[in-house]
Amino acid sequence: MNRSIALDSLPAAVAELTPGLVAVAMSGGVDSSTVAAVLQRQGRPIVGLTMQLWNQRRLPELQGDGPEQHRCCSLDDVYDAKRVAQQLDFPHYVVNFEDQFEQRVVRPFVEQYLAGRTPIACTNCNTDVKFEPLLRMARQIGAETLATGHYARIRFAEANGRYQLLRAREDSKDQSYFLWGLTQEQLAHSEFPLGELSKDEVRALARRMNLPVAEKPESMELCFVPNGNYVQFIQAYSLERKLPVTSAEGDIVREDGAVIGHHNGVHNYTIGQRKGLGLAAGKPLYVLSIDSKNNRVVVAEDAALRSSAVEIEDVNWISISEPTAPFSAEVKIRHKHQAAPATVEALPGNCARIRFDSPQRAVTPGQAAAVYSGDVVLAGGWIK
Amino acid sequence: MRRVYLDHNATTPVDAAVLDAMLPFFSEDFGNASSIHNFGQRARAAVETAREQVAALIKARAQEIVFTSGGTESDNHAIFGVAQNSPRAENGTPHIITTSIEHEAVLNTCQALEKKGIGVTYLAVNRQGLIDLGELRQAIRPETILISVMHANNEIGTVQPLAEIGKIAAEADVYFHTDAVQSAGKILVDVQAYKLDLLALSGHKIYAPKGVGAIYIKSGTRLKQLLYGGHHQRGFRPGTENVPGIVGLGKAAELARIALADDNARISALRDKLEQGLLARIPDAHANGAQASRTPNTTNIRFPGIEGEALIIALDLKGLACSTGAACSSGAVEPSHVLTAIGLTAPDARSSIRFSLGRHTAEEDIDRTLEIVPAAVAQLRGLSPTYRRQAITLR
Repeated sequence: MNRSIALDSLPAAVAELTPGLVAVAMSGGVDSSTVAAVLQRQGRPIVGLTMQLWNQRRLPELQGDGPEQHRCCSLDDVYDAKRVAQQLDFPHYVVNFEDQFEQRVVRPFVEQYLAGRTPIACTNCNTDVKFEPLLRMARQIGAETLATGHYARIRFAEANGRYQLLRAREDSKDQSYFLWGLTQEQLAHSEFPLGELSKDEVRALARRMNLPVAEKPESMELCFVPNGNYVQFIQAYSLERKLPVTSAEGDIVREDGAVIGHHNGVHNYTIGQRKGLGLAAGKPLYVLSIDSKNNRVVVAEDAALRSSAVEIEDVNWISISEPTAPFSAEVKIRHKHQAAPATVEALPGNCARIRFDSPQRAVTPGQAAAVYSGDVVLAGGWIK
Repeated sequence: MRRVYLDHNATTPVDAAVLDAMLPFFSEDFGNASSIHNFGQRARAAVETAREQVAALIKARAQEIVFTSGGTESDNHAIFGVAQNSPRAENGTPHIITTSIEHEAVLNTCQALEKKGIGVTYLAVNRQGLIDLGELRQAIRPETILISVMHANNEIGTVQPLAEIGKIAAEADVYFHTDAVQSAGKILVDVQAYKLDLLALSGHKIYAPKGVGAIYIKSGTRLKQLLYGGHHQRGFRPGTENVPGIVGLGKAAELARIALADDNARISALRDKLEQGLLARIPDAHANGAQASRTPNTTNIRFPGIEGEALIIALDLKGLACSTGAACSSGAVEPSHVLTAIGLTAPDARSSIRFSLGRHTAEEDIDRTLEIVPAAVAQLRGLSPTYRRQAITLR
C-alpha cells in the first residue's frame, strides 16, 4: 500500500501545531529525520540531539570484514543526522551518553544473558537512557518536549487524568511493546509524531522533503552489536570487563534430567530455540529453559514449551492506575508476538500474574510482557 | 540574535588587518616562494618577512622558525623529531618527560612513541594545574632525551614556570620543548629566557587563519625531519609554502606583539569581571585552577549539579558560545583529562565549563554573559536530580 501523501494532507494529529521548543532525538535514520522535518514544517522551533552511545572502536575484534553496516552510534549515522540538520537549518548537537548506555543497557544485557535470561536491550535503552537522561537534558536546554521516531501514540485521557500509551496506527511497525516502562512524567513530555503514519508514508515524506537519508536502509540489529553476533559480543565484552563467564561446556538434558547432549555455554541458547542444538532425537526438541546455576540447558518437545500462566515483575501501570481486581486484556510477550487474550491480576510488590486463555509458546524470562486493552498499553513488566 | 563568542581558546576570527595582509597573495602575488622569477621572489620576500615577525613574537631568530600546517604538526615534529634522532643504543631505551595535562597533540604523540618502546613519564599537577619542579628533577634519567611541558593550558589557562623548567633541562642537558599554542600572543613568550630548544605555535589561536603554524627549532638542535619532499624551508619541512597563510601568521604575530600589554590588561579585567560576577551571582560555583598564574583570557568554572554538556547547549541556543571538555570525533563531549588531573571528581569535571575571551570581546558581551549564565544554571539545576539530592543532604 504505497499511498503517496501530500504534506498539507498530514493526518490531523500530526498536523496539529503546538508552541514551544521541541528537542528531536535523531539517530541519523529516516524515521527520526522525518520527525525533525515534519515538526519544522509545522512551524515548531526544533533542536536536534544525537546520542553518542557506544564507542565502536571498542571491541574492534567484533567489527568484522567488509564495509561498515548502518547502525546506531556509528560516526556515519552521527554525520547523517548532522547533514539533515544542516539541510533543514536547525541547531543540532551530539551528546555523550556512553557511560549511561553502558551502565544501564549494555552491562545489564550481558549480565542477564550470562544468567540464562534473554533480555531486551531496547526497552532498557528507552526507559533508562532516551526518556531519562536524554529527556532531562532536552528539558534542561529549554525544550518542552522530546520527540522521537518511535511508532506509537500518546494521548491524554480526560477520564482518568492520565497520559496513555497507544499502539501505532500501523500495527506492523508498532513499537509500543518497547515503551511500557515510561512514566506519566515522561509521557507528558514526549511526542511520537510517527504514530499515525506507516513506514511507507514516512519514506514518502522523507523523499518529498529531499532528506538525504530518505533511502537509508533500516537497522535491524542491536545497535551495539556490530555484526549481529550476540554470543561473540557477550564473550568479548565479558572478557574486557572481567565478568565471570561460564563458557564451560555442560549438559543438554530432558525435563526428567536425562542427559541427551552437550552445550558450549548456556549463553549460546535462547528459549524456544530448535536449530543448533545438535541433537538427533525422533521428534523436534526445543530449549525449554536455561538452568545457568547448574550449567544445563533443558529441552523438551513443542507441547511442553507452552505456558498458561506467567508472573511479571517491576510492573509499570502506565495508562491506568493499579487495578484492584483481575481484568481481561491482551498480552504480548515478544515484539513479534500476537497479543493473546488473558486475565491479569496485580500482585503485591509491583508484580502481576497473567493467565492466558490458551497456553502461549516460549514464554521467556528476561523478556517483557506488555498488557493491552485494544490499542492502549495498560501496563508492562519483566517476565520472571 | 546577537551572538557572544567566548571560546577563543578553540579558535579566533581572522583579524581584519591580517586578512588585508593575506589577500594579495591569493591571486595577485600568487608565486611559488621557491621559484626564481619575479613572481617567486615576491612570495619569498613575504614569507621571509613573516618568519621575522613570528621570530620577534617569541624572541627567536628568523632562521630558527619553520612554518608548518599548525600546532599539531609542530608538536609532532618536535617530539618525533627528537625521539627518532636519539641514538638508542647509548643509554638504553630513550625516555621523555611530559605532563598529564598536555593537549592531545602532545599526549597522543607520546603515547604513539610508548608503543614503539620509548619510556614516557607523565608528570602530575597540583590543584592549580602546576607541575612540581622537584618531581621533574627526580624524573630525569640518564636516558631522558626530551622534556615537553606546555606553556599555558587550554582548559584552565595555568601557565607553567618555563624559566625554571628550562634551567633544569639545561642543567641535565635534555632538550626542552613547549607547546605554546595557548600562550603565544596572549602572554610573553621568550625562547631565550626559557632556554627552549623547541616550541610549537598555531596561527588560528592568534587571529591568523587555520592550517598554518610554526615550530621554533633552536640552532644546533638535532632533529629528524617529519616529512620528505622538495627543498622548501631548507628541505627540513618540504611542501610548497602556504604563502597567504604564512603572511597571515606573520601579520598576526606582529599585531599580537605590539598589542600584547594592552590586550592583556583589558582582557584580564573583563575576565575577572566575568569570573567574579558569575561566582557572586551563582550559589555554589567555583573557579578551577584560579589561584595559579593564568592566561589573561581564560576562566574555567564549575557549577555542581549541572551537566556541562547540557549547559553549553542551553547557552548556545541563547546565543552564547563557550565550551567544556574536549570534543571527540562525533562532536560529543568527553570528560576532560585536564580537570581530572587537577583533582576534580568525574561529576565535578563534567559540571565545569570554560569561557575564553579574545581581542574583540566587549564589555557588553560580558554583561550579556552575566545575564544568561545564571539563569541557565538555575534552570538546569532545577531539573537535576543530583543537585536536589545534594541540597537535601546538606541540610
